[in-house]
Amino acid sequence: MALLKIKFTQQRRVHLAQGLWLLSWMAVMWGGVIFCLGVYLKTELLRRAEVMDNTEIHVVPNILMMVGLASIGTNWVASRVCQDSLDPTRFPRWKVPLLAWFAVATVLCCLLIAVVALSYALQGSLEESLKVGLRNGIRFYKDTDVPGRCFQKETIDRLQMEFRCCGNNNFKDWFEVQWVSNRYLDFTSKDVKDRIRSNVDNRYLLDGVPFSCCNPTSPRPCLRYHLTDNNAHFNYDYQSEELNLYSRGCRQALTDYYMELMNSTGPGVLSVILIQLSVLLSLRYLQTAVETAMVLEDPEGDSEGYLLEKGVKETIEDLKINALTMLKFGQVDPNAAEGSSEVADAEKDEKDAPPSPAS
Amino acid sequence: MPFMPVKFNLQKRVKLAQGLWMIYWLSVIVGILLFSLGIFFKIELRKRSEMMDNNESHLVPNLLILVGLLACGVNAFGGKVCHDSLDPIKFAKWKPMLKPFLLLCCGFNALLLLTALLCFLMQFAVYLTLAEGLKNSIKFYKDTDTPGRCFMKRTLDLTQIEFRCCGNNNFRDWFEVQWISNRYLDMSNDLVKDRVLSNVEGKYLMDSVPFSCCNPGSPRPCIQHHLTNNSAHYDYDHRIEELNIWTRGCREALFSYFSSMMTSIGVLIIGASASVDMAGLKYLTTALETMEDPENPECESDGWLLEKGVKETFGDLLAKLKTLGKTNQVVEGGDAPEAAN
Repeated sequence: MALLKIKFTQQRRVHLAQGLWLLSWMAVMWGGVIFCLGVYLKTELLRRAEVMDNTEIHVVPNILMMVGLASIGTNWVASRVCQDSLDPTRFPRWKVPLLAWFAVATVLCCLLIAVVALSYALQGSLEESLKVGLRNGIRFYKDTDVPGRCFQKETIDRLQMEFRCCGNNNFKDWFEVQWVSNRYLDFTSKDVKDRIRSNVDNRYLLDGVPFSCCNPTSPRPCLRYHLTDNNAHFNYDYQSEELNLYSRGCRQALTDYYMELMNSTGPGVLSVILIQLSVLLSLRYLQTAVETAMVLEDPEGDSEGYLLEKGVKETIEDLKINALTMLKFGQVDPNAAEGSSEVADAEKDEKDAPPSPAS
Repeated sequence: MPFMPVKFNLQKRVKLAQGLWMIYWLSVIVGILLFSLGIFFKIELRKRSEMMDNNESHLVPNLLILVGLLACGVNAFGGKVCHDSLDPIKFAKWKPMLKPFLLLCCGFNALLLLTALLCFLMQFAVYLTLAEGLKNSIKFYKDTDTPGRCFMKRTLDLTQIEFRCCGNNNFRDWFEVQWISNRYLDMSNDLVKDRVLSNVEGKYLMDSVPFSCCNPGSPRPCIQHHLTNNSAHYDYDHRIEELNIWTRGCREALFSYFSSMMTSIGVLIIGASASVDMAGLKYLTTALETMEDPENPECESDGWLLEKGVKETFGDLLAKLKTLGKTNQVVEGGDAPEAAN
């Protein structure tokens, strides 16, 4: 009992081949789009690699690029099969490669679904990686004279200005870290000595932030120092001041940015999955319809196309038996050995038999 | 004696028609490019219009948009004519329109050259508008409570950050202007009173700059205040300090941005206004017209740019212009015999 049989006339077969050819070229184009999306996502992640601790999230763009390239190749092969499908002399050579093609196409669809799932699953890992990376960035902000960390200050400043954020969770992260290098501190000054002695690690801590935290939309020129001291500035209340600095933390800003980027690739990936599935199903119908037509006496006549030759359960049983026979291929079968010796004796008897009537 | 005659056989005519068709369609693409460049330029001017006192001239982008649309139309028509040129039936209906079309192409090329010239000349206007506009922007930086100027501070801050510049000519422009609003000044404080009294207009002037002048590439946390006072900061000499704040003025930065945009658009227009397509069309139409035997497509024909030489053509044109001018005048010799009769 074949699964989902459809009758195909010669006309319908031709239409199916033409439509599938167009569909597979569209799928090639979409494969290219997926590849480009993967490349774009990877470059965006690499641009901010300095504030990320690990590269787990790079799995998503890597898979997208791989699937994009594979999809281009696979669908190009599908278009070649379509071109050969209506020519009975050239179609038979595709018989075995088509089985491999179906397997590859199914794997591609599964990978695409996996990408969508991964992009949500890896959000936690991305946040963790950003947390550690930003914490280090803020800690090494002052080390502009240490090789390997010279550009940390510029990176963090540009990041805060571009993403309109301040600090890791919020601007108070800057209060817990010494972000002014010792080279620029006057150790003879009383204020500096007081601040250094006020904590165990002898760090110069202040309730100030770098200039890159300043919010340009504030009506007031930016206040960066003595932020917790209401008396240090005229008409200033630390608790109610909102517009002076950026209130968002950079970890939140960056996570939101990357999640938005990956979500916007969602519709593209879903449409590629749909197109790939339709190419897969249409090619299966075309293959079965053309094969049954070639077997008929009249190749131009009607034939039937189906998805599976037998029902789902029977096909799975068949596959199991095939797999088991393949596994048994290496083993010697004792029954088969006896059977073959009996057959050899029977043949010998037959050979001896004919000469006797003659003589 | 035709001007620059060339002999054409069927194959040459076909090749000329095909080549000309390609050129026309490439020109359509260039027309679309000009149109989009015009829109891009218009958007950029709009974005920075606050820096230019909302006074900037939109002549060049408007002209570019118009020229781009015209280019698309004219070249698409030319392409259609070439496409039909080798089919005598279809070509017959285009024949009467060809002469006006060639004149239109001439006029269009002149317009292109005018636009290119404007692209180069209007840069001076942009420079002057920027100088005036930035001076006012810096003056109105503190007026975040005045309607119509609330966003001047934000715009100027974002411009200084984006273009990596400070002030009009340089950062000292900020020293001559009060950029902190009186709302945030404690007038009972002695320091404030000293500063306000130190100048004729009663402005609170200081040797400080806004935070948007800070250079993130400086190894040192940004020093914004008391810039000319070496003893206010540890290990600081304002004469040799280079990386602390941006040294370039915003007028120069914005001008170089706009001028490079306008120069490249001008160069593109000059490249696009080649008269190759006009010459080619003239050759093609004359070659098709002079076919001796219209029924036999294989026959040879002559093509040329001008039917007579250059001087004679000019003489004819002048004579035509003179007769056009005289149509309204009464011709005395002609009337007198009628009156006599």
